[in-house]
Amino acid sequence: MSEGHSTYTPKTGLGRWFDARMPLPRLVYDSFVAYPVPRNLNYMWTFGGILSIMLVSQIITGIVLAMHYTSDSTLAFDSVEKIMRDVNSGWLLRYMHANGASFFFIAVYVHIFRGLFYGSYKAPRELLWILGCIIYLLMMATGFMGYVLPWGQMSFWGATVITGFFSAIPLVGDWIQQLLLGGFAVDNPTLNRFFALHYLLPFMIAGVVVLHVWALHVVGQSNPTGIEVKSKTDTVAFTPYATIKDAFGMIVFLFFFAYFVFYLPNYLGHADNYIVANPLKTPAHIVPEWYFLPFYAILRAITFNIGPINSKLGGVLCMFGAIAMLFLVPWLDTSKVRSAVYRPWYKLFFWLFVADAILLGWLGSQPAEGSYVFMAQMATLFYFAFFLIIMPVLGLIETPRRVPNSITEAVLEKNKGGSGHPAGAMAAPQTKG
Amino acid sequence: MKKILTSLALIGLVAAGTAAFAAEEAHNAAAPTHFPINEPKEMSWSFTGPFGTYDKAQLQRGLKVYKEVCSACHSMNLVAFRTLSDLGYNDAQIKTLAAGYTVHDGPNDAGDMFDRPGKPSDHFPAPFANEEAAAASNGGAAPPDMSLLAKARGVERGFPQFVFDIFTQYDAGGPDYIHSLLTGYDQTPPAGMVIPEGTHYNPYFMSGVSLKMPKPLSDGQVTYDDGSPQTIDQYARDVSAFLSWAAEPHMEDRKKMGFRVLVFLLLFGALVYMTKRKVWEGVAH
Repeated sequence: MSEGHSTYTPKTGLGRWFDARMPLPRLVYDSFVAYPVPRNLNYMWTFGGILSIMLVSQIITGIVLAMHYTSDSTLAFDSVEKIMRDVNSGWLLRYMHANGASFFFIAVYVHIFRGLFYGSYKAPRELLWILGCIIYLLMMATGFMGYVLPWGQMSFWGATVITGFFSAIPLVGDWIQQLLLGGFAVDNPTLNRFFALHYLLPFMIAGVVVLHVWALHVVGQSNPTGIEVKSKTDTVAFTPYATIKDAFGMIVFLFFFAYFVFYLPNYLGHADNYIVANPLKTPAHIVPEWYFLPFYAILRAITFNIGPINSKLGGVLCMFGAIAMLFLVPWLDTSKVRSAVYRPWYKLFFWLFVADAILLGWLGSQPAEGSYVFMAQMATLFYFAFFLIIMPVLGLIETPRRVPNSITEAVLEKNKGGSGHPAGAMAAPQTKG
Repeated sequence: MKKILTSLALIGLVAAGTAAFAAEEAHNAAAPTHFPINEPKEMSWSFTGPFGTYDKAQLQRGLKVYKEVCSACHSMNLVAFRTLSDLGYNDAQIKTLAAGYTVHDGPNDAGDMFDRPGKPSDHFPAPFANEEAAAASNGGAAPPDMSLLAKARGVERGFPQFVFDIFTQYDAGGPDYIHSLLTGYDQTPPAGMVIPEGTHYNPYFMSGVSLKMPKPLSDGQVTYDDGSPQTIDQYARDVSAFLSWAAEPHMEDRKKMGFRVLVFLLLFGALVYMTKRKVWEGVAH
């Protein structure tokens, strides 16, 4: 944890001069060099670092793209094609940016599911978790608005459908929708405000990321056992241990990213977005980007009225509710044990939830007709049941497996009989406290 | 955990398979509900795969087909003559080719619009003055611009094909579709099928049973001087390849750079992994 004394000692005169006036090198040293991390972190914990490089990559490619892009509804589509054809390496920038959004979401989903599996949201990390949820919300808004900018058919019709959700809200819905659109339908004012916001939101994300990392450095990282750090032998220094492991995780992730950017750059997009937006011609199936599909499936699953709530409002409420669930997780989970490693039943339901989310994603890409609707309704039911019933009830009735006394004990147990004999100071098995 | 994962994957597969099967509507040949009626035929293209390159002779033939057939109705607004150097033409050839077109330009010093011969920096001139004119001359449906057609068309691959496509790097959905459509005319519709007046039956068309565009190609229509067969099938292949280039002119650079990037990441990753092993050596985790 960041508590305790800083071990930074400036070695040069200039270093001491700086340290006395603005200890920025000390902050960096304490946060990224000496910062103690649990020794048992697995590769799931490299996704935080992966997300930060994706954010930086998106901001850099995005700023250069913005230098060549024109946010006018009559010029936007052609300006993107100009980038693809005439701007030096423009195709690379655009494909990195478009696929970068997808891989940003892949990484964030792994990161979120990792948190759900290992109970990373439990006290004292509730605020850390909620800041993460806010980042995710901002990412969704940014991703959605970015998809509108090329002004293709899916851009236009996706924007029409998604802004249409807001009109379902009673009393103020129409007003909100018109405020978002800058008029009564998606048009040039919509494109302009979306471009402005698409440029703004990533910097807000960066701001919340700072808070997220700050909160992380106060409470310290959780770890696969879910046991809090109790002594020095439970941790290793961030550098070189976490740095090198993160670096390897990032390179593997970048390998998959590059595979898509260079060989399948349009695989995750929709062919219709290479047709210029036409307000008079509705595409056969309007589908959002893949990372919204589970929520899209939930939205369309509500085909019935519930009392005063019509199906449209019901769908919108369920869709936003599905995201709101994440914010409540720290209080929905009643278990005293943090990690799913020691919770056999939670582990089972967790994987069912992962399967359910994937199923919802697939259903979101299919037309809302026939048996798909019923399947989406069942999958939606399980989605909410996981958070509202399984999480609170399981914590009360489940008998967890024996939890080791400390991280060190867990590590030594795991390595018993193996070759991983710890050396030096790391060897002493820790007793509690 | 592995066991749980495997069984989950199995359950998922079975569920998805059953669902897809259940969702399949009762098949009625005369009134299909799902388009295209026939899936596009998968052809072999020189430009697919990690080392794919365009076949310049094929692109030149495709350009000829576009110039002599398609360009009568279809514009190609985003493609400049200068980029035809990708097809293997030299500057003089491109100048001559561009000069063969008349470009509407202006205003000049006197404020008048005028016509002049095309220059390499010009784009292909459109056959119609505007979309309304194009629609009016073509039975109410404006022929789409062809610059991006090869990326703007693609029949949904469905499960599980879309998973395999990641590994096979299938990126020829557009050209496969265009080739199938161009060679898919002249078929007899199933008995009882209603073909709207002024449209043409084509089981490969992705938005209905028939389309406004009549069969555009016929054997021997375009003369090839390199001895390639002068058949509908060959014309369709060549023009699909040409349109793939038009839609993605930097594809060769992209794949070439991609290979270098992946090799670099592989080597760098191996080095970092070995360093990681060394750093963590003796630290149980």
